[in-house]
This record gives sequence, C-alpha cells and structure tokens, in this order.
Amino acid sequence: MGNPNAGKTSLFNGLTGLNQKTGNYSGVTVERFEGNSYFTHNQQKIHLSVLDLPGIYSVFPKSADEVIACKTLLNPEEKIDVVLVVLDSTSLKRNLLLATQLIDLRYKTVVALNMMDEAQKQGIEIDVKGLSEALDVEVVPVDSRGMQGFDKLKTALLNARVSNSIFHNLNSEFVLAHKNYKGFIQQNALGANPDKQAENSDKIYRFNVINYLINRFVKSPEQLSQRERSTSIDAFLTHRVFGYLFLVLILFLVFQFIFFISEAPMNWIEQLFITLGDYISTSLPKGQLNDLLVKGVLTGVSGVMMFIPQIAFLFLFIGFLEDSGYMARASFIMDKVMRPFGLNGKSVIPLISGTACAVPSIMATRSISNVKERLITIFILPLISCSARLPVYTLIVSVMYPANHFLGVFNARGLVLFLLYMLGFVVTLLTAYVLKRLIKTREASFFVMELPVYRWPQLKNIGIMVYNRVKVFVNEAGKIILAISIVLWFLSSHGAGKEYKQLEARQVALESLAASDSTAAHELQKTETAKLEKSFIGVMGHLIEPAIKPLGFDWKIGIALITSFAAREVFVGTMATIYESGDSGNTSGIRNRLQNEKNENGSLKYTPAVCWSLLIFYAFALQCMSTIAVVKRETQSWKWVLIQLAFMSALAYLSAFGTYQLLS
Amino acid sequence: MLSLDELKKGQKAIIKSFSNDLLSTRLIEMGCLPGETVVLSKKAPLGCPYAIQVAGYELSLRKDEASTIEVELVA
Repeated sequence: MGNPNAGKTSLFNGLTGLNQKTGNYSGVTVERFEGNSYFTHNQQKIHLSVLDLPGIYSVFPKSADEVIACKTLLNPEEKIDVVLVVLDSTSLKRNLLLATQLIDLRYKTVVALNMMDEAQKQGIEIDVKGLSEALDVEVVPVDSRGMQGFDKLKTALLNARVSNSIFHNLNSEFVLAHKNYKGFIQQNALGANPDKQAENSDKIYRFNVINYLINRFVKSPEQLSQRERSTSIDAFLTHRVFGYLFLVLILFLVFQFIFFISEAPMNWIEQLFITLGDYISTSLPKGQLNDLLVKGVLTGVSGVMMFIPQIAFLFLFIGFLEDSGYMARASFIMDKVMRPFGLNGKSVIPLISGTACAVPSIMATRSISNVKERLITIFILPLISCSARLPVYTLIVSVMYPANHFLGVFNARGLVLFLLYMLGFVVTLLTAYVLKRLIKTREASFFVMELPVYRWPQLKNIGIMVYNRVKVFVNEAGKIILAISIVLWFLSSHGAGKEYKQLEARQVALESLAASDSTAAHELQKTETAKLEKSFIGVMGHLIEPAIKPLGFDWKIGIALITSFAAREVFVGTMATIYESGDSGNTSGIRNRLQNEKNENGSLKYTPAVCWSLLIFYAFALQCMSTIAVVKRETQSWKWVLIQLAFMSALAYLSAFGTYQLLS
Repeated sequence: MLSLDELKKGQKAIIKSFSNDLLSTRLIEMGCLPGETVVLSKKAPLGCPYAIQVAGYELSLRKDEASTIEVELVA
C-alpha cells in the first residue's frame, strides 16, 4: 500500500515481473492486480503472493478506488500476512501518515523507503535505523526504478513483525469508544456515517508525532533541487502559449500513431488471418465446420487481434505521459476547458485518440480517477467519428459527389467529411453536457491532486502495463467479440425454407465451375446475393424495412445495417455483395452500382436525402461490437452498455429520420 | 482573513482553518494542516486551477477549493 505516485506499481513490478494477474474486484470497476514473487532465501524456495492496492493517502477513503483499498485491507478473507507500505522518501511527512495508520492496524508491517536515490540527490538525509526503531518495524531503503534494495526488502518481508509502537491518541474518546484503532476505522472510515471531526483529529494528532519523527530522523535542505528542475520545465509546459502548443503536439503525435502508424501492423495481422483462412478452407473438407472456422471463428479472432496495434500504441503513449508526470500537467491546463462538460483534463487524450478508434480510447479512460467523469467520457467516446466510419463515409460521399466537385472553394467530398467529423465532436460535447446534469454520484468531485516531479519514464513499467492492457482486451473483450462474430456468421450463412436450400445447392454446384467459366462465375455471384437475401439476416432486413423506411432505407440497406453491427466498415462489403458488384475491395464498382440504382418508378434510389440520412445514421449509431465489448469490460456492467446502445441508436434513428424528411 | 485563492503567485502564507468539512479531510491527509506554510506556485493559464507548494511537494486544486482554505499572509 502507499500514496499515489509513491512508486507502488513499479515496486510491485519489480517483485513480480510478468507473473501478474489482472482482474476486478467484484461489483466495481476498480482493477485488481495480483502477482507472484519467487526467490530463494537461505537455500529455501520462497513464494510470495503480492496484491497491489490502489493508492491512498490515509485509511479514510474518499473515492471508489480508495474504498476498495481500505475494504480489502480490512477483509479477513484476504488473509493478509504482511502489509508492505511504500513511501516516497522525497515527501516523507505526507507519506508517513498512512504508514503510522497501517502500523496501528496491527498487521505485520514492512516499510519500503522508495526513491531513496532521488532523496539523496536532493540532499535529504534519512536516519533509517532510527526511523526503524521508532516505528518498530523493518524499514528498507529501495529504489524501485533502479531495482536497488530488493534483496533486503524480500528478507524484511520474511522477517516482518507487528510493531509495539502506537501512534494514535491513546486518550482519544473516538478510539476508546471502539476499543482499538481497527474498530475505529471499521466503524468510522467504512461505516455509514463517518465522523469528520474524529477523522481530522486522528490525522492532526499523527502529524504532531510525525513532525517529531521528521525533526529527529530526517534532514532536508532548504532548496529542493529536483523541485527546481520541475519548476523550470513547468514554466514551459504550463505556459499560456507553449503549454497548449505542446499539448497539441502530443495529441497530434497520438493521433498519427493510432491512425497511420498502426495501419501497417494491422494490415499484417489482417493478411496473416486471410492466409490462414485460405489455408484452412482449402486443407479441411468443405462443409459447415470449415465455414464456421473460417468465416465465424477466424473472422472474430482477427477482429480482436486487429485492435492490438492501436491499443499497444495508445498505452505506450499514455504510459510515457503518466510515468513522466506530464499527464497531471495536461489535466492542470485543460481542467477549466473540460469541466463545463463534466469531463476531466485527462479526458483530452481519449477524446483525441477516439477519432482513430473508440476501443483503445475507452480503455484509456482508466487514468481518470473520478468515477462520474470517467463514465461520461466512456459514454460519449463512440460518438466521435472513428476511422471505421471512414470507409462508409467515403463510399456514400462518393456516390453523392464526383471527385472534382467543388462547393465554393472547397472540394465537396472533403467538406462533407469535415462536417461529419465536426458534427461528431459537437454532439459528443453536448451529450457530455447533458450527462453531467443527469448522472448523480455520491462521490465528491475533488480536483485536489499531486503534481509529481518530472521523472524519466521507465520502459519496463510501461512495457508491463501495455502487456497487461492487451492481455485484458484479448481475454475479456475478445470473448464477446468472438461470440457476436459467430452469431452474425450463423445468421448470414444459414436460412430456413426450401428456397434457401436450393440456392445453397446451386452455389455449391457453381463454385466448382466458377474458376474456369466466366458465365458460371457471374451466376455464382447472383446466387450468393439471392442466398444472402433468403438467409436469416436477409429475412431480418426485410422485417425491419417498415421501421427504416422513414429514414429512406430499404431492406437492402437493412441487411447492411445488421451485418455492420460487427464493425461499421462491413457495410461496404455487404453492400457490394447485395448489389452483386463482386470484389468488395474495389469501391468504384459498388459506387457506380449505387449511383445508377433506380426505384420502381424509375427515379434514382440514392438521392442526396438518402445519402445524408445514411451518413448521419452512421455518425451516431453504435455499430461496433468491439466497442460494446470493451464498454462492458470497463464499466463491469451491461447496464451502461444497454443505455449507451439505446441512446445512440435512438439518436441515430431520429437524426436520420429528421434529415431524410427535411431533404426529401 | 484571506482565503488561499486570493493570494498572488509567489506569495507565502500559513494555513489557519478550513470552511468545508469534507474537503478539509482530504486536504489534511495531503499535508495541508493548519499551521503549515504554503506558497502559491502556479495559476493555470485560464485562471483555474492553482498549484501550491506544501509539505515539500506540489499540489494542484481548483479556485473554489482554494477558497475554502483560510490563510494568513507571511510577510
């Protein structure tokens, strides 16, 4: 346990390496990190199971994370043997408050004086032996970043003892009323009606004792050099002009990485799965199993794997920003801008990376500690136009305007795309503004936070974090994505009725001829289109036609709406199949088909009204199973997923309805 | 009596008392005790939040949060 920024996690990483398990505390969104440490001590093999708890300043919790930390500490089922308190040696006074409280809870305790190297550089001298005697527990100086002092720490953990020192006020009526300090905390810190007077008097009493300890065992110089370096960096990074310019530069880099640099590895992954799919489909006998494996399972798995580059790159960035101390500054200069919308300065990064993809961005909201602000950020993120909408936008816009069409001085296609992105941003902020008023939380919203000194980020810590995030995504969101893929595959490749069976048989017959005979190939395409129309999804497309007619959509678009629930870009491929234009990689074919598509009365089908209606629909609809899976994982409930899905669907439906009715 | 948000950048003051109970519990555990010396070290470019030096580290807080801390100026 320890204060936020005390280096708990890097100490935890140092003890456990990659032997970590990330899960969740039941019923809450707080993540639980457990790890194992294996080492030999006096020729004996030792195994320690280590739990990394959220950072707290005292055993009186204020936020959801802190409540979990305190409850876990006092939960007898956790079978805690030793409490390891991690202290930031450069800020001992504040850090010792928690240490003395934990000692008073009468666990076997070990104190790790972290960042000892930094303290020494600043000229802070700590009498470790004296402090250890006064606290009556093992006190071990460590440098978790340089991996110094771990052997001594491990020995201390094995020799941990319960202190005989007491730091609370023995005459305090508050503590006396609860027999001991543990009882007092159980009643007062975690009970229904915490007594703030009692809480403050406990802390103030402790600080008096701590002042005495600091005077005796710690010598610090007047000027703190590390602070000074941070102050001069801050003069630049929180400057009214340069500060924002720097932030824009960072956001630009994040955007570039998620949007463009991730593209190559994503293509490799896609290619790998296409090759693998081809291999399986030719080496296994044709049939249901082959089809399920290739079109259901492999599509799902590749859909999951495709997100890995983006998630890894975004968390690499976030790791650097968090670990260096910059994130707190970004929050500092953006707080006033974001607050009217119920957002946090830390929402800026997820919002920008959301223009590339909502999935890693939703995972990135983890750095927002306020539950309400985090929930609002997660809720609005899918409204931002992401890169998966781009193929849909591009196709429809190209149906509306030729490439060289200009509106005034602007290229028409470019202008429409720009307007759609802006629309996404405006609606995102408006929604946040409304949510801020609707969501009530019991949690007090404090901004009070530490501005840590700047430090060089540590690659090992960032690497472990990126690894954990990718693992969590693949393990947890991946299951949901895979399940939905298989369901969608089943619905689009199965149908009921005689007609469907006949088409299926015809398809098989044509497939063997198609390679050598171009008429057969053409027939095959037609058969596939007819088969899709008669499949379960086709039937569903027809079923929803009355509901989407007011938006200007027919059953063909209906089918594409259902299939593109897997991911928005699937819309293009489905439209290509429906309109028998064959190769879905070639959009000009499908574009021409759409441009020439006629209604029964001979008028053009894809009028500007229909196109705009589709564009608006895709701008707002939550057509993305991966987003759903990741929201479920991050909020730990289906409730928010359903609210979000209902809200975005309603918004998409009504806006498209309004657009179509207005323009037609 | 001044409140912390009325300080100018660079001014030094001693914390006297708090006007918000809930917030005071947080401030105290972060080392902002009555009697502590604080220096207003930064104001964000848009006028909020502020940052103060206290107990050997830097803490940022919003203007309205700073206004709940009563201080006495140190010459």
